[in-house]
Amino acid sequence: MTKVHVIGRSVLTPIGNCPAGVMEAVRKGESALSLHPGFPEPYFASLLERDGFEGSSFFTYIATKVAREAALEAKIDCSSLRTGLILSTIKADIQKLGNADVSPIVPAAEIARSLGITSKPIVVSNACISGLAAMIQGMRLIKAGTFDNVIVVGAELQDRFIVTGFQSLKALSPKACKPFDKDREGLNLGEAAAAVVLSNREGEWELVDGAIRNDANHISGPSRTGEGSYNALKALPLPEDLAFVNVHGTATLYNDEMEAVALGRAGLENLPVSALKGTLGHTMGAAGILESIISMEALDAGIILPTRGFKNCGVSVPLNISALERAAKGNSFVKLLSGFGGINGAMLLRKGGSK
Amino acid sequence: MKEAVIPAGTNLSALYRSLGADYPKFFKMDTLSKLGFLLAEMLVGEEDGRFGQREDRAVLVFSREGCIADDLHYAQSMKDFPSPALFVYTLPNIVAGEIAIRNKFAGETGAYVIDGFDGELIRELSSLAFQDKTTREILVAWIDCPSDSSWNAKAWLCNEAQINEIKAFTI
Repeated sequence: MTKVHVIGRSVLTPIGNCPAGVMEAVRKGESALSLHPGFPEPYFASLLERDGFEGSSFFTYIATKVAREAALEAKIDCSSLRTGLILSTIKADIQKLGNADVSPIVPAAEIARSLGITSKPIVVSNACISGLAAMIQGMRLIKAGTFDNVIVVGAELQDRFIVTGFQSLKALSPKACKPFDKDREGLNLGEAAAAVVLSNREGEWELVDGAIRNDANHISGPSRTGEGSYNALKALPLPEDLAFVNVHGTATLYNDEMEAVALGRAGLENLPVSALKGTLGHTMGAAGILESIISMEALDAGIILPTRGFKNCGVSVPLNISALERAAKGNSFVKLLSGFGGINGAMLLRKGGSK
Repeated sequence: MKEAVIPAGTNLSALYRSLGADYPKFFKMDTLSKLGFLLAEMLVGEEDGRFGQREDRAVLVFSREGCIADDLHYAQSMKDFPSPALFVYTLPNIVAGEIAIRNKFAGETGAYVIDGFDGELIRELSSLAFQDKTTREILVAWIDCPSDSSWNAKAWLCNEAQINEIKAFTI
């Protein structure tokens, strides 16, 4: 069957606007997580500068920017009917609710128009695993022969709607979040955009496989047995040369515990683990793509990134996780995500696959 | 291929009772999730050996409007006291999760937003789920629910051979 490679990558975050730059900032322990005035309760988050932006949609602007950069790097023909576009987002332009058409297909169509894409854009809106689900769907479209190249772009902005919602769920940490730490108090929200170009062409990274599984347990509480996350991991052809797992690691009590249980059940508790939300916050629809790109950069540099915010293990299955950078051994990694609706995803990426 | 439809304006509580489902959580759901729940009841409610956990059945929900009706309810609550019970339904994939929880479907679940009903595109995107070799059947739904009183809701239950036989889903 056709192999799928990543041939273009682009990111936009508050701590950098290129993959290598963001990876270096993570290495140095930088973060834009800070306290912001709320509605009215203040909240700790990693937010993008608007820099006097005056267009009609900052969301469309950032998503288009990274999609275009990734397409340019990949040197693909956007106008070909063999090029697809998938947008990953959870709430897109929700701040326009009541004043405009807020369906996420609107920005998706706008991104397609800007890039000259002629195939029909689609939106994957699968809660916090959206980015991973969108990459898996892009991979499948190429394996099915529908497209030669698929631009998968994820973006999320934070506003009153999302912030007050997470506050109402008492899910936000009052300080910089602490993934897997015994003193963790919840998550931080984050803003970002990220894009990859997936292709049937050769490339430095192969998207080997991905799987999505439901806990079939609760719409907003993770499974105590890590059922869906474990089942998604189990569905992957895990190789011997796994360097690390880049986990969801939201720093909520239940998510991190669930992931530790799932990794333990999968026999991966000794494998090094890294989490990026203590640096970038929870970037929701962008997270799967952004965290995969930064993990690819890290393995390209031969390292496992430090998990900012982690100090003392606070989960029942002790994981191999560290606040310090470590040397990586191996050529592949797993990206894990979980989200509301009982959904879990796992994806396997391998360096140098067929190049 | 089995299919089910819920015409716009149907009394959903009456339909719930007529299907004999004993699932009080139904009444806490938003309209989108109620529609998905009922479509699934109509498709698999009579099956033997129901409620045994199964990983081979995926649930994929398509729409143009996502969860806009509940978005509006949550935004209204935001002005006064933001409601966590409304907020959790402001995700287009929660309906797929509710179907999975009710029926113990532990397979793939997903939500897609496309630019209006497009039976060929829905067929194509759904059929991709069979690339996951665990998946043997898919519950595919088109549930476009711009408000609590107007919707377009239809679902199909199909295996790989059945989806390969058709050119498009039709409503």
